[in-house]
Amino acid sequence: MEYYLSLFIRSIFIDNMALAFFLGMCTFLAISKKVQAAIGLGIAVIVVLTITVPVNNLIYNYLLADGALAWAGLPDMDLSFLGLLSYIGVIAAIVQIMEMFLDKFVPALYNALGVFLPLITVNCAILGASLFMVERDYNFVESMVFGAGSGVGWALAIVALAGIRERLKYSDVPDGLEGLGITFIIVGLMSLGFMSFGGIDI
Amino acid sequence: MESVKETLTGPIFKNNPIALQILGICSALAVTSSLQVTLVMCVALTVVTAFSGLFVSVIRNHIPGSIRIIVQMVIIASLVIVVDQFLKAYAYAISKQLSVFVGLIITNCIVMGRAEAFAMKNPPMASFIDGVGNGLGYSVVLIVVAVIRELFGAGKLMGFEILPLVTDGGWYNPNGLLLLPPSAFFLIGLFIWALRSFHKEQEEAPDFKLAKHTPVQEGA
Repeated sequence: MEYYLSLFIRSIFIDNMALAFFLGMCTFLAISKKVQAAIGLGIAVIVVLTITVPVNNLIYNYLLADGALAWAGLPDMDLSFLGLLSYIGVIAAIVQIMEMFLDKFVPALYNALGVFLPLITVNCAILGASLFMVERDYNFVESMVFGAGSGVGWALAIVALAGIRERLKYSDVPDGLEGLGITFIIVGLMSLGFMSFGGIDI
Repeated sequence: MESVKETLTGPIFKNNPIALQILGICSALAVTSSLQVTLVMCVALTVVTAFSGLFVSVIRNHIPGSIRIIVQMVIIASLVIVVDQFLKAYAYAISKQLSVFVGLIITNCIVMGRAEAFAMKNPPMASFIDGVGNGLGYSVVLIVVAVIRELFGAGKLMGFEILPLVTDGGWYNPNGLLLLPPSAFFLIGLFIWALRSFHKEQEEAPDFKLAKHTPVQEGA
């Protein structure tokens, strides 16, 4: 139990998807102008990551990995080169299914997340988490904890950035730096702040 | 001929994918701590962007509008798999260093963005050139960042020593911050600033203007 807790904490703070690995940067910079929107997108990312990473874990372990098809009588089959194609397919399909499911059963949440869901398919944080899961050889439970943790970490980072950018309206930024430029520098400073978690050993 | 040159060089400075279109930033930051890795990444991305533009454009009239994203995704993912397998076979050490970032070319917005915005509407040859141009625009930013980071962070370029380090009896005291991830943000932020100072029309208008400072009237 303790192990999973430390994995969770580590994926939120130390291995933060946005600030330590720079994943999901495009949406991170584009949708961080308002705190409200950032919270919506953050929740959507948490939900999608918590579902897709374990599903991709199952697909990798039972279909794609070297010798994974032994249960089907094909012990010599290594389909791991199809990984990229299957992960992105799974992610696109799950996002689509989730959209239809929410539309039908939880319309309130659908309206809140609505615009952000399609954006998530091309968010590198989602695909990145699946690839990290494969690279680090997580098992099913670990991948679930890792998915949820990195989702929370990403959401935390985007909400924090949106908060800072809302305040930034009141400052006088040099002309060329206005908008994108200053945002980059702020994210750099945030990332520097998050690095201080790196020394924590849990 | 003029338009070919325009498609090729336009994205490098005038319409840079990273600095202006805010596309493909994720990998731009993560792979720039050493020049060699950066170069491989640039070549990989340019190849994928160019060929995905070409293939999407070839079949653009046969793709039904409702599933075009999936079709583009499959084309891009297949190209990335080819690049990934190629790197694993011929440059294993670098492919290990790039780790997940080769795979992440799939979700790199430059590739998707150009396929959707350009290749769906233009003939194959033009799309291919547009892909190369955007790949080069991406590469220019990455190479500048990587050169600064590796040269001043480790005193080396491509692994060869340029500035002799103090620790090896030389004179240069390396700036360790440049090897850390946050420095990439600062460098790209400054790069954007520099680029926009030359191309004034790229500046973003602020949401609010500060009112002019007026000194308090004495005794009022």
